[in-house]
Amino acid sequence: MVETTKLIHEYLRHSKKFPHVYCPGCGHGIVLGSIIRSVHHLGLSKDEVVLIAGIGCSGRMAVYVDFNTIHTTHGRALTFATGVKLANPKLKVIVVMGDGDALSIGGNHFIHAARRNIGVTALVLNNNIYGMTGGQSSSTTPENSYSTTTPYGHLERDFDVVNLALGCGANFVSRTTALHAQLMDKLLTKAIENPGFNVVEVLTPCFTQYGRKNKFKNVVEMYSWYRKNTIKVEKYKELPEEKRAGKIPIGVFSDKQEPGFEEKYGQLREKLRSKK
Amino acid sequence: MAKKKGETIVTVYPAWCKGCGICVNFCPGKVLEFDEHGKAYVARMEECIGCGFCELHCPDFAISVVAKDKKDNKNNSEHKDEGKN
Amino acid sequence: MARKPKRKELFALGNEAVVEGALLAGCSFFAGYPITPSTEIAEGMAAKLPQLEEGVFVQMEDEIASLGAVIGASLAGRKAMTATSGPGFSLMQEHIGYACMAEVPLVIVNVMRGGPSTGLPTNPAQGDVQQARWGTHGDHPIIVLSASDVQECLHMTIAAFNFAEKYRTPVILLLDEVTAHTREKIVLPRPEELTIINRTIPTMPPEWYVPYEETMRGVPPMPPLGSGYRYHVTGLTHDEHGYPTSKANEISALMHRLFRKIDQFFYDIQLVEEVETEDAEVVVVAYGCVARSAKLAITQARESGCKAGLLVLKTLFPFPRTYVEKLARQCKKVIVPEMNMGQISREVKRVNNGLSRVVTINRVDGQIITPGEILKKIYKD
Ligand SMILES: Cc1ncc(C[n+]2csc(CCOP(=O)(O)OP(=O)(O)O)c2C)c(N)n1
Ligand code: SF4
Ligand code: SF4
Ligand code: SF4
Repeated sequence: MVETTKLIHEYLRHSKKFPHVYCPGCGHGIVLGSIIRSVHHLGLSKDEVVLIAGIGCSGRMAVYVDFNTIHTTHGRALTFATGVKLANPKLKVIVVMGDGDALSIGGNHFIHAARRNIGVTALVLNNNIYGMTGGQSSSTTPENSYSTTTPYGHLERDFDVVNLALGCGANFVSRTTALHAQLMDKLLTKAIENPGFNVVEVLTPCFTQYGRKNKFKNVVEMYSWYRKNTIKVEKYKELPEEKRAGKIPIGVFSDKQEPGFEEKYGQLREKLRSKK
Repeated sequence: MAKKKGETIVTVYPAWCKGCGICVNFCPGKVLEFDEHGKAYVARMEECIGCGFCELHCPDFAISVVAKDKKDNKNNSEHKDEGKN
Repeated sequence: MARKPKRKELFALGNEAVVEGALLAGCSFFAGYPITPSTEIAEGMAAKLPQLEEGVFVQMEDEIASLGAVIGASLAGRKAMTATSGPGFSLMQEHIGYACMAEVPLVIVNVMRGGPSTGLPTNPAQGDVQQARWGTHGDHPIIVLSASDVQECLHMTIAAFNFAEKYRTPVILLLDEVTAHTREKIVLPRPEELTIINRTIPTMPPEWYVPYEETMRGVPPMPPLGSGYRYHVTGLTHDEHGYPTSKANEISALMHRLFRKIDQFFYDIQLVEEVETEDAEVVVVAYGCVARSAKLAITQARESGCKAGLLVLKTLFPFPRTYVEKLARQCKKVIVPEMNMGQISREVKRVNNGLSRVVTINRVDGQIITPGEILKKIYKD
């Protein structure tokens, strides 16, 4: 993986100011790099890629990269993506959302996009917090942790993004962390090519709004935490039940190739037209 | 990708480096350190094993790792890319 | 000379006429969520669109999602629409604003029922008029149309698509439960009789394309996604390249262009029908199903020698002020009957500005305004 940075620079919008607006060490930048490498690796042209982002720090990514980019409304990126993909199935649609974006305000769209099996790649950048608005709790904020709206500790339970996506029938369901960029590249490359709805959850640190309030000394500590607490899903499955607690499995959880909704719709049109 | 020590050139672009410390802390060869401005710099180039970790994980695209023997034709990837615009 | 094929006739509901109009206009994408009294539009589209080469119908999880998908499809180059009623229209406001800001052509049909809230699902009303104008947050221009009979449902749907494409804006077609659910004979125009407008697409080399460039017309060309013109679409206030900005001069330029592109073509957009207005001393201003009652009232008034006329508003916004002002100057009394507490009469009063006497008839009980009620006001001093 040499010379990748030069490659990435080629895909960035040269009219935008760099470094980007993200805080030092924010994993969102690593994800952007991975998207670019995956697209390049697949040999896709910039024109056939549509990057659709929600609102949040994660959503800001869209402005920086030289694809067709759409910065949508908070939580609704998947609805725009559904329209784009159905209107032009040839386009490769990559959707970037924060955890609040995808699962709090956008939860309904997320479960239905998965159920409908629309052919897009849904990236959930899970930093366990609302980064952009200043650190309020989201639907993935862990129980008992602190945020500006849970100053006495969070009483609610959090979503497990992978289990949620599996429950909704998504074709491809996977998880990685911002520290596991190579795995991220692999998952994204797979997801972008796979038919139907494909989920890549990326655990990514937000030291500014989450780490500081939750006893991390700096962002590097948060990355170290990922290293310590994640485990390949294959190994995780071999662990006895009692040893699984606190371990976060990463890797591929579902890998189906059922046809996407847009593909099935195309088949329906064919059928109706051949009857005429 | 080079595997042996001393076969790669690591470059940090200080203008883009935000000093997050990812590269400094996770580099297996302890190649990188912070300078007095809090930016990463290459302190021990010869220790680099060319694993590429720093390049993949710099959130600001501020590090490049290039194999020494490829130095002369390092623009390859850029040319390839232009054809696909 | 070859004989022209006979025009096809249909016995259709207002909602079905909308479907026919949309297809004639070139609509190939519909996303929606079922709601009375608009559902026949979705059902008609669900049956017809998959029969087209590239047609797409999708039932989304709610109305926010429906309009999101419509925006996505329009950005990808399709003529796209949705249809709903009050509760769904409220949910759509977020994306109406997005479509205004990002200048995405699309059509929303709102078949009005009684409100607020779940209100009266199967009764007509005209309570969403000002919501259609101002429902989404922030200052914005918008085009709002209406139709008063089934044939007009067809033609106004085509007009809605034409305006949307011409001005790169969302267009709202307001119908009411009565118009949508009336079944009557309509004539399908032949395609060659229609003027169909398609959005302008850029022709310059992509490197020279400036997506939100300031031009005389104020309507920048719009490429479909994937055609080589890569640009950034956003709901944030943006500069002419589409990138977010907070510079006062760029914000101001964008906002003024958004308004100007509609304002300066005001004469193209204001559609009305005048009935016996030349010498009218009393003028009724009406729209939707109420315009039909008004037409009957005018005929009866004329029969009894009263000089009554009617102005049917087909465009509600931008408000057709030149017609209203002209008639207000000429007549003694303007009557505005509507099935709300006075949403268009506000506009009429504003334009009237003391020229004439403005009298309102307001019904909010889920019942239509009858010709008799209007006639009474015509005769009354
Ligand atoms: C409808 C709406 N509600 C609220 C907001 C304010 N808002 C902007 S970003 C955001 C949360 C972002 O959090 P997340 O999606 O987790 O992304 P992150 O910033 O952490 O990447 C909120 C609540 C908004 N823009 N729109
Ligand atoms: S606030 Fe958090 S999510 Fe936003 S840029 Fe900073 S670190 Fe990243
Ligand atoms: S990872 Fe990048 S931004 Fe962080 S310290 Fe190293 S060079 Fe600087
Ligand atoms: S390539 Fe590997 S060894 Fe070399 S500097 Fe980067 S992280 Fe260190």
